[in-house]
Amino acid sequence: MKYAFVLLAACSAPAHPAAAVPIPDIARATDELAAPDAFAPIADRATRSRALFGEAARVFTSPRCVNCHPADDSPRQGDRHALHDPPIVRGPANHGIPPLECATCHQDANLPLARVPGAPNWSLAPSTMPWLDRTPSQICVQLKDPARNGGKSLAQIHDHVAHDPLVAWGWAPGKDRKPAPGSAAQLAALVQAWIDTGAECP
Amino acid sequence: MSVKLVVNGAPHDVDADPDMPLLWVLRDLLKLTGTKYGCGEALCGACTVHLDGHAVRACVTPLRRAAGKAVTTIEGLAPDGDHPLQKAWVELGVPQCGFCQAGQIMSAAVLLAANPTPTDADIDRAMAGNLCRCGTYVRIRAAIKLAAKP
Repeated sequence: MKYAFVLLAACSAPAHPAAAVPIPDIARATDELAAPDAFAPIADRATRSRALFGEAARVFTSPRCVNCHPADDSPRQGDRHALHDPPIVRGPANHGIPPLECATCHQDANLPLARVPGAPNWSLAPSTMPWLDRTPSQICVQLKDPARNGGKSLAQIHDHVAHDPLVAWGWAPGKDRKPAPGSAAQLAALVQAWIDTGAECP
Repeated sequence: MSVKLVVNGAPHDVDADPDMPLLWVLRDLLKLTGTKYGCGEALCGACTVHLDGHAVRACVTPLRRAAGKAVTTIEGLAPDGDHPLQKAWVELGVPQCGFCQAGQIMSAAVLLAANPTPTDADIDRAMAGNLCRCGTYVRIRAAIKLAAKP
């Protein structure tokens, strides 16, 4: 099996003796995700956990996810994260403000003719959950912090990733939008394996 | 398929595809032509109506979303066209060509319902999704402030 050496201890993450660990370079050019089994050769459990999150973070950092996970009050659009047009503000409940709420335009499904993306509960993630311009390490720490993840346990995070229709939209974004890497099932498997190995952060 | 909804206080039983845009239902089936077709992509706001008090773009809202709900169009905003916004619009002569103005007023009505005394910044933020090719934005803002006066 081929391996690519990826630096997992990025930016502000604490230094780790196994910072550079091998993870599979499975179909990196075809936007597939590596399955958890592909990380089995990493003997050290914590290192394997960090590698699993690094693979899952390819989804968490995709435009389909981060565009609605900004630190500020403006959703983004497109692969270059352009500011939403028309200008939209977050509002107190992350659904916009009257009369410009998310559901003013976005429906519960994509609109192929009008090209408007849609899914149930279309909204911004709370401002405590910024992923735009954040590293996998920063996203991991935020994701595990109940004070910043909506009070969720790891099991609830897995359930959210595996079953929330708004998350699932990332793999069926409609129009000519590039889907997030892999599939919802593949991401759910990676997240479960990450949890099972101690939910370590890169 | 039959879909029940209430439009401007009157119950309707509409026999149409549940995915038909609400705008076509209003204009073509119910003959309420005050709501305008602008872009068809929820980008201009000309087709704004209220769905249970929330502003929606009728051009992209499927009929099924309105099932069992109350729809208000510009014809139903006030029985005699004397809503404070409509009176302010007339007093200040807001429209130029007028095509977008029904949508502007419907959005402004939702704004005032949520925020009875909006600042200029509040108005600009809330009305950012309603385009006016004639550029009547300054008069729109003035009319909203006029209507908001206690």
